[in-house]
Amino acid sequence: MTAAATRVLFDEPGPRGRARIRIVTVIGLLLVAGLVALALYQFYRNGQLGRSRWLAFVQPAYLRFLADGIRGTIIATVLAAVLSFPLGVVLALGRLSRNGLLRRASTGYIELFRSIPLLLLIYAFLLALPRYGINLPILWKLVVPIVMVNVAALAEIFRAGILAVDRGQAEAAAALGLREGTAMRAVILPQAIRLVIPTLVTQLVALLKDSTLGYVVSYPELMKQAQNLTVYTHLLVQTYLVVAAIYVVVNLLLSRFAVWLERRLSSRTGSRAARGRAAEPEGVPQTMA
Amino acid sequence: MSVVTDNLGFLLGGLLVTLELTVLGFIGALLLGTVLAVFRVSPVAPLRWVGAVYVEVLRNMPLLTLLILVVFGLPDVGITFSLFTSAALCMAVFGAAFVCEAVRGGINTVPVGQAEAARSLGFTFTQSLRHVILPPAFRTMVQPLVNIFIGIVLGSSLASAVGVSELTNRTQVLNLQSAQAVVLFLVSGAIYLAIALLGGAAGGVLERRVSGGRGPR
Repeated sequence: MTAAATRVLFDEPGPRGRARIRIVTVIGLLLVAGLVALALYQFYRNGQLGRSRWLAFVQPAYLRFLADGIRGTIIATVLAAVLSFPLGVVLALGRLSRNGLLRRASTGYIELFRSIPLLLLIYAFLLALPRYGINLPILWKLVVPIVMVNVAALAEIFRAGILAVDRGQAEAAAALGLREGTAMRAVILPQAIRLVIPTLVTQLVALLKDSTLGYVVSYPELMKQAQNLTVYTHLLVQTYLVVAAIYVVVNLLLSRFAVWLERRLSSRTGSRAARGRAAEPEGVPQTMA
Repeated sequence: MSVVTDNLGFLLGGLLVTLELTVLGFIGALLLGTVLAVFRVSPVAPLRWVGAVYVEVLRNMPLLTLLILVVFGLPDVGITFSLFTSAALCMAVFGAAFVCEAVRGGINTVPVGQAEAARSLGFTFTQSLRHVILPPAFRTMVQPLVNIFIGIVLGSSLASAVGVSELTNRTQVLNLQSAQAVVLFLVSGAIYLAIALLGGAAGGVLERRVSGGRGPR
């Protein structure tokens, strides 16, 4: 009910209000049109609007180059997801464990890796660790740091999910004589994971964004391929705009999918309160970078 | 450890650049993000569209892509900023999308009745936002804003990938020259951890200050 506040901030406007809104609307539209025109003019003045400079991107050779990049991005993202999701569950269980040592270690790991930049870790794997004999293949120099950082964020998501499962479920499991571990595995976790599936899809967006750091380790994902392409074509602004558009479209589709899942799952289970709590860790720092 | 003590000035200089990027980026993000949030709740449809498109595009664009687009792409269309300005600009523009959603989320937690009461007292849109809706909304916004601050701290490290000489970049430069690689990374990591913890603690204090006295403690 609170969600409607944005619509209640203003009255159904009367004649004067409507007139004022119309005026601001026209001014707003003019401003937007002006900005777009200015941007286009800036492109035109610097000769960046030429047909050949954009049609390059429908040539098969260019498309293949970018497609290779997309494949690299997908490989890195999927690999990172497949590795970090189960590890996230384990770390969440560690943080919720009764064993004090395990709990403190898990909490420490989560706090630490939510607070250091992914790029610093990647540089460590790229530049420092090879001197100590730890020299991973390029793909893994990208994926291992991504997993190490994202596991911390995922653990918090799973923990929120586990805590959001109704207490009665654990009590019922105990009443049926299930051991604690069995109850967690067979009763709590399946429900917790179902609760956080939409958030996990959102986290895929974060993983996909992180994979752009392949640019730094020279792993041929989309960002690196784009840079390689500009070396030959010198179409800097065009290439990076195209790549940015690809990222935005893919991530937008994933985000929309997450929202759709959220709505679908909540209408089925009907436990909106629990879901609200599980959705809380959205906006953890990692989703930004 | 000597590599750290010998190059302390160099590293601290990098920390300073990181802090500058963070502070400028965060302030810029707060200002722009709040304006965008007001756009998104305003009665004027085109403003709402601008806000929505801005948020959807910027939230779904990887920060590194934005940085590279601004640093290497914009000069192609005749727009050139210094490297540092470009990076700070990117942090602000990027952070603004998240600030906008945090502010809007905060506004949405204020009960409808408050807005209705403000309206029935004859408050205009701006007045009800400023005096009735935003003050309590700010309380729920503190935590998301702290997360955004930490996100900008961590995100500013990406500026090193386009050549800004901040903490991560200097760590990597020193690492190439010295034999004590791991120590360097540990120290830099600890510095980032400290910034994040301080930011979180400051957020906690702010949250208590803002909610002080009102409602259940």
